Amino acid sequence: MFENLLVQGLSGLASASSLFLVASGLTVIFGVTRIVNFAHGSLYMMGAYLSWTLVTALPRGHLGFWGGVLVAALIVGVIGVLIEVLLLRRIYKAPELFQLLGTFGVVLIVQDVALMIWGPQDLLGPRAPGLRGAVEILGVRFPLYELFLIAVGPVVLGLLWLLFHRTRWGTTVRAATADREMVGALGVNQRMLFTTVFFLGSVLAGLGGALQLPRESVNLQMDLAIIAEAFVVVVIGGLGSLPGAFLAALLLGQLQAFGILIFPKITLVLAFLVMAVVLVVRPHGLLGRPPASAHAAHVVEPPYPPATPLVRYLGFAALALAVLVPPFMGEFALIVFTEIAIMVLFAASLHFIMGPGGMASFGHAAYFGLGAYGAALLAKHFAAPMELGLFAAPLMAGFAGVVFGWFCVRLSGVYAAMLTLAFAQIAWSTAFQWVEVTGGDNGILGVWPSAWAQPKLVYYYLALVLCVGVTLLLRRAIFAPFGYALRAGRDSPLRAEAIGMDGFRIRWVAFIFAAIAAGVAGGLFAYAKGSVFPTYMAIPRSVDALLMVLLGGVQTVSGPIVGALAYTWIHEQLMRSFDLWRLFLGSVIVALVLFFPQGLVGAAQRLTERRK
Amino acid sequence: MTIALPRRAALLGAAATLATPAVHAQEGPIRIGEINSYSAQPAFLTPYRNAWMMAQDEVNAAGGINGRRIETVFRDDGGRPEDAVRHAGELVNNERVALLSGGFLSNVGLAVADFANQNRRLYVASEPLTDALVWARGNRFTFRLRPSTYMQCAMLVEEAAKLPARRWATVAPNYEYGQSAVRWFKELLTRAKPDVQFVAEQFPALGRIDAGATVQALAGANPEGIFNVTFGADLTNFVRQGSTRGLFERRSVVSLLTGEPEYLDPLGDEAPEGWIVTGYPWEELNTEGHTRFRENYRRRFNTHPRLGSVVAYDTVSAIVGMLRKSGGTETDAMIEAMRGLTFPTAFGEAEVEFRAIDHQSTLGAYIGRTALRRGRGVMVDWRYADGRNYLPTDEVVRTLRPQG
Amino acid sequence: MTLLVEDIHKSFGGVQAVAGVSLSVQAGELLALIGPNGAGKSTCFNMLNGQLRPDRGRIVLKGQDIAGLPPRRIWRMGVGRTFQITATFASMSVLENVQMALLSHAHRLFDIWNPVRREDPARAMALLERVGMAAQAGRPCGVLAYGDLKRVELAIALANDPALLLMDEPTAGMAPSERVALMELTAGIARNSGIAVLFTEHDMEVVFAHADRILVLDRGRPIAEGEPAQVRADPRVREVYLGTGATHGIA
Repeated sequence: MFENLLVQGLSGLASASSLFLVASGLTVIFGVTRIVNFAHGSLYMMGAYLSWTLVTALPRGHLGFWGGVLVAALIVGVIGVLIEVLLLRRIYKAPELFQLLGTFGVVLIVQDVALMIWGPQDLLGPRAPGLRGAVEILGVRFPLYELFLIAVGPVVLGLLWLLFHRTRWGTTVRAATADREMVGALGVNQRMLFTTVFFLGSVLAGLGGALQLPRESVNLQMDLAIIAEAFVVVVIGGLGSLPGAFLAALLLGQLQAFGILIFPKITLVLAFLVMAVVLVVRPHGLLGRPPASAHAAHVVEPPYPPATPLVRYLGFAALALAVLVPPFMGEFALIVFTEIAIMVLFAASLHFIMGPGGMASFGHAAYFGLGAYGAALLAKHFAAPMELGLFAAPLMAGFAGVVFGWFCVRLSGVYAAMLTLAFAQIAWSTAFQWVEVTGGDNGILGVWPSAWAQPKLVYYYLALVLCVGVTLLLRRAIFAPFGYALRAGRDSPLRAEAIGMDGFRIRWVAFIFAAIAAGVAGGLFAYAKGSVFPTYMAIPRSVDALLMVLLGGVQTVSGPIVGALAYTWIHEQLMRSFDLWRLFLGSVIVALVLFFPQGLVGAAQRLTERRK
Repeated sequence: MTIALPRRAALLGAAATLATPAVHAQEGPIRIGEINSYSAQPAFLTPYRNAWMMAQDEVNAAGGINGRRIETVFRDDGGRPEDAVRHAGELVNNERVALLSGGFLSNVGLAVADFANQNRRLYVASEPLTDALVWARGNRFTFRLRPSTYMQCAMLVEEAAKLPARRWATVAPNYEYGQSAVRWFKELLTRAKPDVQFVAEQFPALGRIDAGATVQALAGANPEGIFNVTFGADLTNFVRQGSTRGLFERRSVVSLLTGEPEYLDPLGDEAPEGWIVTGYPWEELNTEGHTRFRENYRRRFNTHPRLGSVVAYDTVSAIVGMLRKSGGTETDAMIEAMRGLTFPTAFGEAEVEFRAIDHQSTLGAYIGRTALRRGRGVMVDWRYADGRNYLPTDEVVRTLRPQG
Repeated sequence: MTLLVEDIHKSFGGVQAVAGVSLSVQAGELLALIGPNGAGKSTCFNMLNGQLRPDRGRIVLKGQDIAGLPPRRIWRMGVGRTFQITATFASMSVLENVQMALLSHAHRLFDIWNPVRREDPARAMALLERVGMAAQAGRPCGVLAYGDLKRVELAIALANDPALLLMDEPTAGMAPSERVALMELTAGIARNSGIAVLFTEHDMEVVFAHADRILVLDRGRPIAEGEPAQVRADPRVREVYLGTGATHGIA
């Protein structure tokens, strides 16, 4: 018994090492550049693919294998530098989190490029020379390569520690991690610093991927499989903290290894459960320090100008079109229009907390999905009609907003965003695993509208009225004292508190409003699709919401609306027309990011201001 | 209300491209709307699409169906049921397809099936394995080709029951397919052999197995037999850790789908030996029909067919057979034609039938043992397990499927 | 007596930051809290404005003990504040900044319906008038000069008709001419409206020119208190300031 537990612990250590390698690069990059680098998983995947190519092409033996692994990691480093120089460097001044949009474009591009180069089939690399077999530990066999991996983690941590404490460059990196503003003051060449940090982070990601070669097959799902977990490790450890990331990786590795002995089905959600607990107890992770300022200091939020007559005219024209044109369109156009209307509300609801509230959410799909489930569960278990379902949707989402929001709005920045993600994943896994009630991943079917709303045109108008209505309500709130109070808390929490505002309550209520609005959207979506699945609250849908808001321009009030229209439209068009739609969508996103770093509406506003 | 320019542009664009759905003359080609997770599951669906095109070209070269060509409109759902439903709407309303087909993931299949039911369209589900598709949530408009989770489990249990193993452990991906496979295996094996014991179960997250810990957890329970449901990358990682740690030594392993080239090929010379698996022995299967199919496929695509290729080819064969029988593309007529339809399979075995009772086809699977030949995994000692022998009795099926 | 502080203490991990400070401020009176760096001024200040809870001692505002209440509650009891580094809402106009304080005072922050733009600006404009910022009411705070921001802060601080104004280094970061103007403005408002003012300040010229009374802290303890002339003459004060080298303005 004891020997089994010991080896179980060792297995956990090996996984922890692998995880740490990826997370270390991510945390270094975040610490200095404050970029939420979605493409980190893609760099990891490229490390694995490149090492596969090199190792299988090079002669067998130590040199061929280890040389291949190292060269692959270095090539990934160069790719990282290219991404930084060609894309990210141009958008450092953009609003917070905007860079996330750019790196997401890179993820999409890499997925299709990898498919083109390496083909769809999983690739199995050779085992590491000299480390093929196993050793006996108290009579239980344990792979040599796993032992090697257990050592790699601490060694890399040690090397990084030396690099950061014994070199001038490393000292600068630490200074920049502790206080971003100081770097400019010190006269450090910031460009060079960012580029070199990106190189280091990418090499670590590439190395992490390359070292998986003797352990796992190389496949096209590696990027997304690792990225969420890597972020969880970084956040549990404390953003920018290497020892923190190491500790977090150890913690997760061990909890995973022993957790499955007791709860085999916990694998889906374990990492997120741990993150939620850690963040509730320690709002800045295990070893993280509170950021110098809650809101990124270099971003001065622009005012929200009232709608100009031109914008008003365009808005009315668009609404008139949305009302008058559909009767003359085909059924499918109505389906797409309905979906677009729903996405507009979904994006607007996220923007409500993200723009005026200054709180990003990586898990906003939870409220969308819970709205959909609220309606679907009533329909399934109580045969409730649509009218009741549409009423239950915002209730269910709002209730989740009350509970989750109470925890989330206490935190700030990426920590808050990651806590929303943790709750979303917990909600998602509940829907996924509570098969008796939710139908599991097979979802709930037969959620169709009441008879009067069955015709697509009628349902479209129903969706339009509700979505435009709630969106306008949110907009009204933004320009009312509540929206101002929300912005006040974002602009200066200190001043807000000093004029009697309860920032926590204001943000909490805003969070609940946003959840309710997302719930309305989710409920409408359920009846539009006729079925509800856990994918409605999975990470990709949360990412969609973020992309829509950022694409339109988070600093503008109309941004989410335009962003939702543009994104849904482009996505739908590309997905229908191209085999390589991810490559095209990724390229379009990257191009938009480069040309409109303030988002589409932000760019339009600047254009009209310049004309004046 | 401020909605700026792009919205208007988008709306105008919409009006231009969407307002005029393509209208096709009654005597034009017959169009099939094929929805699948092409970008999310390329390993399975690239060979699938290849064979689909091959089958379609063969049919058209032979003069089509009563002189009408068949045409396929492909759509990628990206693994999201909600996108699949949108595509279904587009295919039916804009592309004017006569019927829908495809589906790899079970939840996508169920979503499209429900759409088909609601919109009164025929849906020929090719891949999705979930039993619910034809049983618990079956409907009049949906037919499914592949042998279901239940059927494949039943095939494996037949072999597992012959083994001396009493203490069993299971490992399966943590989603509906994995869960129901384990449930059926347990239920059917216990029925066949009441003294079996299940000593451990593992449910790694799909695509994210922590193979070392999972293998160790199974080994710790010291089972005599292991039932594996993992596939794809999870399977590869599981096998690597399992063989290095000696998990499979002196133990029987019974494994779903592992004999399919999609999953066996990537394992290369590390393919496990002696596992009892369901799959597709493409190399040794030399029935007349299959030899022709394999050589045609190889000539055209310069690689061997995978199981996905057979599934696609058979789906097209079934649709073609149905269209010949129905004599038109009217949904009710097509459904009538589907019920009890018999059609040839690329396996070259006996004709397959779409059962009228539950709309499940009787397509079978090959069951055999894995072995290493010339540095790669193959199936040996295989036999064809005809699907009709692995379905519950009609009385039971009636209780499983909503009637009326 | 507007504010009465009795024997407050605060320590951080064994280090005694404030040890037994008592003070009082009357309506219309300006009390300056001075001392070298680390004397405990900020800690003292933060206990008064609610950011820190005293370990013991009483802080009585108009007869009510406010020790340990959060800043927002203290504000509602009639305490206005300005910050050492100005804190305003950068994305809002000068007028809107003041209106926010007024809306908060009127308990209307959870109003999600009535546009702020349609609020009657009269009261906010009157406040801006008092600090000489009416002409810039429409400009966003994000683009204002620093001295102007200080005035906006003063207007915000006056919005709830405070009985007490807490000003942390009110003239920090300002040009000398602006300093005098701001302090004269403050003193005028305080005396006309009967507002008690407690401020900390580094600039001794400002302190001795404008304070009615001065309290000197050193290492967390009061070492002198009295009118400017008395304090200026106090040998212990001179010693403390000579010791730190920060003598400008004293002699």
